[in-house]
Amino acid sequence: MVVLLSETEIDRLFHALADATRRDIVARANQQSQSVSALAQHYTMSFAAVQKHVAVLERASLVTKERSGREQIVHSNLDTLRAAARLLDEFEQVWLQRTYRIQGLLAERPDAADPASPQQNASPQQNASPQQNKQHETKE
Amino acid sequence: MTVVSLDRDVEALTLTFVTEFDAPVERVWQVWEDPRQLERWWGPPTYPATFERHDLVPGGQCRYYMTGPEGDRARGWWTIVSVDAPHRLEFDDGFSGEDGEPDLSMEPTRAVVTLEPAGDGTRMTITSTFVSAEQLEQMLAMGMEEGMREAVGQIDDVLLEKAR
Repeated sequence: MVVLLSETEIDRLFHALADATRRDIVARANQQSQSVSALAQHYTMSFAAVQKHVAVLERASLVTKERSGREQIVHSNLDTLRAAARLLDEFEQVWLQRTYRIQGLLAERPDAADPASPQQNASPQQNASPQQNKQHETKE
Repeated sequence: MTVVSLDRDVEALTLTFVTEFDAPVERVWQVWEDPRQLERWWGPPTYPATFERHDLVPGGQCRYYMTGPEGDRARGWWTIVSVDAPHRLEFDDGFSGEDGEPDLSMEPTRAVVTLEPAGDGTRMTITSTFVSAEQLEQMLAMGMEEGMREAVGQIDDVLLEKAR
């Protein structure tokens, strides 16, 4: 499943998540859908203020609201949270690939004896040709 | 290398990577401390990085650019928050404009790197924190994504070599 977000959507999403109260509301709604008034009990701020936070989250598609009698039930929207997770996932890949490259670098000079040598890599590898020298594909 | 864990806290926009290398702490520190070594891994193979400034002292500034396959340059900066060689480095990592100086309209990422002995090797923990979507978007738009895909082949080579 791929959820593509527009730039505006991403801005809304991160803006919505940039506030500790709103993150807390998402976490609570994620555990259990509940009314705005039930959520408001967890905070010292006014009901109206909590309602405003919920509205910000709703615009960012992080939660949905549903009328139930006189109550407004807040549900978390997992798809959007997953989309945020995917953005982080991509960045995670950036670091993962970096650590692989560090590993390659460390493996190259196992006994870094003289870090003072000014020439980096005097090895005659002008065009690193991937010699597939040991490719004896013996088919049985 | 062993990837010990990759944790992300979506709500707090924080990523934590823990990896272990078969090299002593002092050796792993060099890949951060020596700009010529840093250049070899900071950017993907298709967007290699060049560090023009690299000053690992508190408040120190680094300036780098990454050169793309078309000769295009993506520029970035670090501001060093704190250094405790060879164990800890904390820095802000952001994007620069054409002139190479920080583009302050985009929020930087805060990175904390710690190195500690683990058996005969080193455990490296990187914590990366975002404050907004912009720098993340920018980062992904700067060719890293494509670079990463192309990098996979090279990484496989490295890992195969290691296994032989």
